[in-house]
Amino acid sequence: MYKVVFDGSREKADHKSVYANTIQALAAEDEKIIALDADLMNSSGTFKFWKEHPDQMINVGVAEANMMGIAGGLSAVGRIPYVHTFGPFASRRSFDQTFISIGYAGNSVRIFGSDPGVCAAFNGGTHMPFEDMALMRAIPGATVFDISDAVLLGWVLRDIKSNEGVTYLRSTRKSFLKIYEEGSTFEQGKANLLREGKDAAVIACGLMVGEAMLAAEELAKEGIELTVIDMFTVKPLDHEAVAKAAETGAIVTAENHNIIGGLGESVAASLLEQGLPVAFKRHGVMDRFGQVGAVDYLQEVYGLTAKDLIVSVKETIAKKK
Amino acid sequence: MDRKRELELQEFAATIRAETVKEVADLGFGHIGGSLSVVEALAVLYGEVMKIDPKNPDWDERDIMVMSKGHAGPAVYATLALKGYFPMDWLKTLNKPGTNLPSHTDRLKTPGVDMTTGSLGQGSSTATGMALGRKLAGSDSRVFLFIGDGESNEGQVWEAAMFCSHYKLDNIVWFVDYNKKQLDGFVEDVMDMGDFQEKFEAFGFHTQTVDGTSVREIYDAIEAARQAKGKPSCIILDTVKGEGVSDLIEIELNHHVQFPEEMANRALEQVTAALERVRKELANV
Ligand SMILES: Cc1ncc(C[n+]2csc(CCOP(=O)(O)OP(=O)(O)O)c2C)c(N)n1
Repeated sequence: MYKVVFDGSREKADHKSVYANTIQALAAEDEKIIALDADLMNSSGTFKFWKEHPDQMINVGVAEANMMGIAGGLSAVGRIPYVHTFGPFASRRSFDQTFISIGYAGNSVRIFGSDPGVCAAFNGGTHMPFEDMALMRAIPGATVFDISDAVLLGWVLRDIKSNEGVTYLRSTRKSFLKIYEEGSTFEQGKANLLREGKDAAVIACGLMVGEAMLAAEELAKEGIELTVIDMFTVKPLDHEAVAKAAETGAIVTAENHNIIGGLGESVAASLLEQGLPVAFKRHGVMDRFGQVGAVDYLQEVYGLTAKDLIVSVKETIAKKK
Repeated sequence: MDRKRELELQEFAATIRAETVKEVADLGFGHIGGSLSVVEALAVLYGEVMKIDPKNPDWDERDIMVMSKGHAGPAVYATLALKGYFPMDWLKTLNKPGTNLPSHTDRLKTPGVDMTTGSLGQGSSTATGMALGRKLAGSDSRVFLFIGDGESNEGQVWEAAMFCSHYKLDNIVWFVDYNKKQLDGFVEDVMDMGDFQEKFEAFGFHTQTVDGTSVREIYDAIEAARQAKGKPSCIILDTVKGEGVSDLIEIELNHHVQFPEEMANRALEQVTAALERVRKELANV
């Protein structure tokens, strides 16, 4: 069970230490666990663990495609690999190796792509993945997460230990708005209902969950009641949660990702296939490349703030039949 | 090269270094270590070797430079600004909202930047493609490519090297910034690359190793590379990550660093003093 403790404040625990601590704890519990990184341990926080446990924490150097192949091979001989690199290199840079050497070959690897979307900030356009979920969703049987909160991150990292095939999660290394109480538990493939309202529903993931909660608070002041859903498992999608959201008659999806190939298209397909006619809008990055800047600035540039979301929600409510 | 010209290039290098430090100091953090190790090579290329026209950055017959380790952007920007490709005050906009000077070099944003880089390894192929294109067109313009020693972990680097050799691209010079460090520390500890000289020779390159802080050695090596016909060239620059700034050299993980005011001031003092020393010497020849 999870408990929502959102009060608009920044998460105290940075996600970076959550990743490093969880990997370290998992490795201590099970010698089959092995983590790999591509010259970004100083970024993922696993640097110290590497120095202490070079048998369970492997640096492959700046060679992401090679890393995916090595992880596939480790899986084939019974190890439980976790790999990390920045999102673009964890997805597009090494896509065929993940697709073939892990997915198609029947191996099981958990891939953490850090700095999703605008979180790549000062690293700029080359490092800013607005398409990673689109790519990973297209791998047969893959599980894809967009992480909204540090408690959720820790839980997902543990729970995917026994996942089969390709598992991909994207999460910031810094901190997002705090959503869940410490000790909360979740279920893969089951969306979290954070707030219930009758006027419209925002189905969000990752960075946009906090923004959706902020938007809901603002809209409540105007008498508009919003349902907010954290669709942290982007694949497989929770169709029941989509149907529940459809009861409001207006759905806006919100993602720190291109509107092509991400959460929005997935929810749209679900709505149509379930025969649920609602007013609908995909809110996300409008088919653009990334650029350099602070996260706040980039959220404004790409329309990923609560303020922008409020505009989309109102537009969508106005289209309700 | 006579002594005066050598000192002039040293002065150019010291100026690039000072401007690079200022850029990152203005921002308060950045990829400064790997920017400072390529400064002398940039000074020789843009100060002496390359056929360029800063007023006409897209000139068809120009020589080309690709900084495949694109995070050395700050050093490239200082060089280009000093050559007059764009106003010096752009340097204050590094990574600021709406800037034309992003962390990693971007051909669509910055006049004088010939290729977009930042995803390591990729510049080695794009530079190779540009060299092939120029060669097929019968042009005598040359392509200069910088790669990092850590970047060389990427298989793509070696695929491009193989290609340069197979197609006898003698119009390309590869510089390996052999500063012995990558992001997680020493290359030797992260992914040992062995002997770069032997590796590039084995790939069919005319290969030389020089002191990467000596403008004379770098210049002589580029001239020798020009004479090597029928094969690509590689010049291994023996360098130090953070060259010229003692505080930075001392930091073990000096890839992307916080650059607080006090440290920035000390760094500025050190690079400015170095510049003054060269100027004094230059005044005496
Ligand atoms: C494909 C890719 N993977 C990872 C990174 C992140 N990254 C940027 S620089 C760097 C280390 C590069 O080391 P090196 O080439 O030696 O650069 P230098 O030490 O000269 O700055 C890494 C891992 C990247 N930019 N591109």
